[in-house]
Amino acid sequence: MEGNDKMSLSIKHVSKVFVNEKGEEVTALGDINLEVEEGEFICILGPSGCGKTTLLRIIAGLDDPSSGRAEIGGREITGPAPELAMIFQEYSLYPWRTIIDNTAFGLEVRGISKEERYAKAREYLDLVGLKEFEGSYPYELSGGMRQRVAVARALCSEPQVLLMDEPFGALDAQTRNTMQKELLEIWKKTKKTVIFVTHSVDEAVYLSDRVVVLSPRPSEVREIVTVEQERPRERTSLEFAQVRRYVLSLIHNGNE
Amino acid sequence: MEGTDTAKNRTRKQRDNVWRRRALGAILPILIIICWEIAAILIDNEFILPRLESVLAVLAAPTVDILGSGSLINNALLSIERVIMGFGLAALVGIPVGLVMGYWQRVEDFIDTTVQLFRPIPPLAWIPLALAWFKTGIVSMTFIIFIGSVFPVLLNTVDGVKSVNKTWVESARTFGASQRQVLAKVIMPASLPTIWTGLRVGFGIAWMCVVAAEMLPGTTSGLGYLIMYAYNWGQVQVIIAGMIVIGLIGLLIDGLFRVIEHQRFRWRGMTR
Ligand SMILES: Nc1ncnc2c1ncn2[C@@H]1O[C@H](COP(=O)(O)OP(=O)(O)O)[C@@H](O)[C@H]1O
Ligand SMILES: [Mg+2]
Repeated sequence: MEGNDKMSLSIKHVSKVFVNEKGEEVTALGDINLEVEEGEFICILGPSGCGKTTLLRIIAGLDDPSSGRAEIGGREITGPAPELAMIFQEYSLYPWRTIIDNTAFGLEVRGISKEERYAKAREYLDLVGLKEFEGSYPYELSGGMRQRVAVARALCSEPQVLLMDEPFGALDAQTRNTMQKELLEIWKKTKKTVIFVTHSVDEAVYLSDRVVVLSPRPSEVREIVTVEQERPRERTSLEFAQVRRYVLSLIHNGNE
Repeated sequence: MEGTDTAKNRTRKQRDNVWRRRALGAILPILIIICWEIAAILIDNEFILPRLESVLAVLAAPTVDILGSGSLINNALLSIERVIMGFGLAALVGIPVGLVMGYWQRVEDFIDTTVQLFRPIPPLAWIPLALAWFKTGIVSMTFIIFIGSVFPVLLNTVDGVKSVNKTWVESARTFGASQRQVLAKVIMPASLPTIWTGLRVGFGIAWMCVVAAEMLPGTTSGLGYLIMYAYNWGQVQVIIAGMIVIGLIGLLIDGLFRVIEHQRFRWRGMTR
């Protein structure tokens, strides 16, 4: 493998045009350019329908761009790659599998022995605080716990980059805040690169090193806002409020 | 303590409720039996309506030969054997073909029209053709049962595969699962509850078909044959006893399907 030590991700002039049911062309992504450093926590922020999911799916290798290319470690992404793991908004766990068998799924697919993959799955379930639920089924867990399992499952296949598509979007405000805090701790411990999609300004500013603000469809990168504030960030602090207001203004200006 | 007390009360109330509902359901069958018995006494003709006792007498001796055509149990086992042949074949064909049809749109486009053309023909309408091709016997019966049960199995399988959550498949793909792994580890288990429903429905139809097929001229065994034969000899108590056995076996196997469904597919409907 070339460029092994530097797992940076780059998105070069990526666009995506869909054809809808009426046969009309819909340009979801206009011209997206983005460089993500190894170990960075990036949030992609934009209004609903601007193409965030589409962008993430292209990075995950689930969709091809209409033009341009996404690269990881200098190689073009043409399909799902082991360096990348995706965490969906919801409904991604397998309801017929126990929590540990869900967590170990990625390793099972690679043909790792049961003993070995269970050991690793337990390690990551412990990391997300769900060790004692390994024998439970997803329907026995709350929404927040299920997303923790989804995180453990993604980490268990040992990717370099975590792709998260509004993973906390379906959770209540309080659970959501807890999950954000926990995610930052996990990020610090595991040193993964995180690309986190959200439409919540608050969430983006709370989590990320840099906030990538997308314009509405056909979307382009409007601005990349670096958040300097030390973590853990205090939402009530002046600094936080300022960054938040600035990012909000970026979104609103474009909608006028 | 008060809290547990009310909780206990509540479960007791629920249990009482279940019993009350069962009791309510039992009233009508008991009434029917009473009416039957009264009617039998009034009519006083064994060849039209035998009394309950004579039917029970037949049921009480399931291993005793009836008019030289075998016992109830003997004939029931033969019917079950036949249904397993035809239904087994339907499952063996319906499930794989359904999986392939559900997974590849082109295969469905290719096959679906044909399925829709053949499906409305009732299985019993195939009987003359079956006799012309295979004569009376196990092959004809297997064929009829197969025709009757293959469509629900097939169509439920297709439906099951098509309604598999897209995110489940894509999750698997992001973990690098091959097509075959996606099929074996996601599509199959995810559609199994729907396939199971198809099997249950298919079995119900198969059981109807076997009894009907056994009434064909030239057949010499099976529950369907037994009740038809009893008719020729005017043994109405045997007809009714045979019908009861047919119903009970159908009920039992359907119950078995439901028990397994309840145990294995509890996650269905709790997907979140
Ligand atoms: N498979 C598809 N076929 C047609 N249009 C699509 C498809 N996927 C997404 N789109 C369209 O692309 C646009 C962006 O969608 P999406 O990436 O889901 O936005 P977001 O995640 O930011 O809400 C939307 O207008 C959506 O309707
Ligand atoms: Mg989206």
